[in-house]
Amino acid sequence: MSAAERTQAVDGIRPRRTAGKAVVAVAVLLLLAAAPLVLGAYPVSTMTRILAFAVLVLSVDLLTGVTGLPTLGQAAYFGAGAYTAALVGIHLTSDASVQLLAGLVAGLVTAALTGWVAVRARGVVFLMLTLAIGESVHQVADTWSVVGASNGLAGMPPITLFGGPPLLAAGFVYWWVLAAAVVVFAAVALVVRSPYGRTLRGIRDNEARMRALGYRPALARYGVFCLAGAVAGTGGALWAAHARFVSPGDLGFEVAALALLSVVIGGAGSLWGPCLGAALVLLVRDNLSAAVGGHGPLVLGLVFVAVVFLLPRGVAGLAAGIRRRKEGLS
Amino acid sequence: MTDVLTVADLRAGYAGSTVLDGVDLSVPAGSFVALLGRNGAGKTTFMHTVMGLVKPYSGSVLVAGRELAGAATHTVARSGVAIVPQGRRVFAPLTVAENLGLAARRGARTWTLERVYELMPRLAERRGHRGDQLSGGEQQMLAIGRALLREPRLLLLDEPSDGLAPAVVDQVAELLEGLRGEGIAAVLVEQDLHLAFRLADEVAVMQKGRIVHRGPTADFRADRTRAHALLGVG
Repeated sequence: MSAAERTQAVDGIRPRRTAGKAVVAVAVLLLLAAAPLVLGAYPVSTMTRILAFAVLVLSVDLLTGVTGLPTLGQAAYFGAGAYTAALVGIHLTSDASVQLLAGLVAGLVTAALTGWVAVRARGVVFLMLTLAIGESVHQVADTWSVVGASNGLAGMPPITLFGGPPLLAAGFVYWWVLAAAVVVFAAVALVVRSPYGRTLRGIRDNEARMRALGYRPALARYGVFCLAGAVAGTGGALWAAHARFVSPGDLGFEVAALALLSVVIGGAGSLWGPCLGAALVLLVRDNLSAAVGGHGPLVLGLVFVAVVFLLPRGVAGLAAGIRRRKEGLS
Repeated sequence: MTDVLTVADLRAGYAGSTVLDGVDLSVPAGSFVALLGRNGAGKTTFMHTVMGLVKPYSGSVLVAGRELAGAATHTVARSGVAIVPQGRRVFAPLTVAENLGLAARRGARTWTLERVYELMPRLAERRGHRGDQLSGGEQQMLAIGRALLREPRLLLLDEPSDGLAPAVVDQVAELLEGLRGEGIAAVLVEQDLHLAFRLADEVAVMQKGRIVHRGPTADFRADRTRAHALLGVG
């Protein structure tokens, strides 16, 4: 058997696995799309918030899981996107696609302005720098009267789409946020699977080795930092489209920490795992909290400790382990 | 013959300590030079300094006539220098195909992925496996394949037999011997003298950060007294 034939034989396993993943992805998408048809307004509203938050978490996973840069600063870009989209909504247009684009650009530009310094650091120093960036942007939002200071930015009209009527029903807003989140997820997944994504994973594994292969890791890190800022900004715009109100609390330390927690719980680097983590974190914080006497954060802390000890690679790591065992048995 | 590497009075070390204390070494194009010496002599530091991973205090590193002493590692790599580091050091979470893909150059003329797979069919069989799922020999072949995809004019091989079973060392030796007709020059740091003598045209011996001997492999091999004096073997 020639080398090419051997390669083909091994590659034969891949299409089956890819087809299986595609079937699961379509099934999940159909279930998500059908949710407003069977659920009431409140659960649909909760799912909308989860989707917008999941886009923020996706940006954290891009940095933390894919590139190996744990961050506490993505809430800043999420907030920049949310405030910009809200300002566009109040002063310019209610068109959600324009607001989304404005949020994306705001996240991208804010990250580009702050990232060049941050990406020169690694590890704990990078974490602290991103925390400082996040807290600085939070302070600006909390004191700047143009964006409502500590009162937040209210008065955003309901979104419209391509000149249509205002989307007042929770289901319509949900479908818009779902569609945008799916597009962002697909775009990020494409980036991660591209040669650039391979470069990022190489940097995560060993930066010196990447330099020895002719790469300039600082440039690649800056690029992904800006990209993650754009993704977070998009999440912020989706958050604003749903809430129609943005406050400094939406870009505070708690949001940044919860996003990082979602990545750890879901499984860093898998993209889909952190999105599940985002759902778990928001459900515990916002929905389960009332049932446990307002001790949602305590439950989250316990979940975090349990995951660290029982599932060090998160939910996605558990799924990968099961798949490997199955392949081993077959 | 033109020298692909010319190192002159190179001094380097870590945190102020001196490890390389005035190294002079030239490597002609297409030839293999074995860099021998006892542990701590400075062989790996030499490789890292040439590669730009350690910044020199002073001295000159000319690669194909271009001064690269103190240049960034990616600049050295783009000038045609590739390293196969000690301990193999593949990207453990990435697959074989991804490891090789990181090194593959657009418009490569000599070393393409297909050619590397033809040369090392075991890598083709394992292309979907992660780096940390490979045996030691497979990892070494992957590290060599990755370096070749950079289309190097100079290959720095740091202990390629390290931790490998004798049969696997033989496979690696055959692979490296096959490169001799490709016009690639190599500096080979190796504790396994049989492998070093088998591959190298010339031998250089390093002691306390300086080159203390340089000559044809056959002469060094024949003079057991000198080998014993310099390396403690023979």
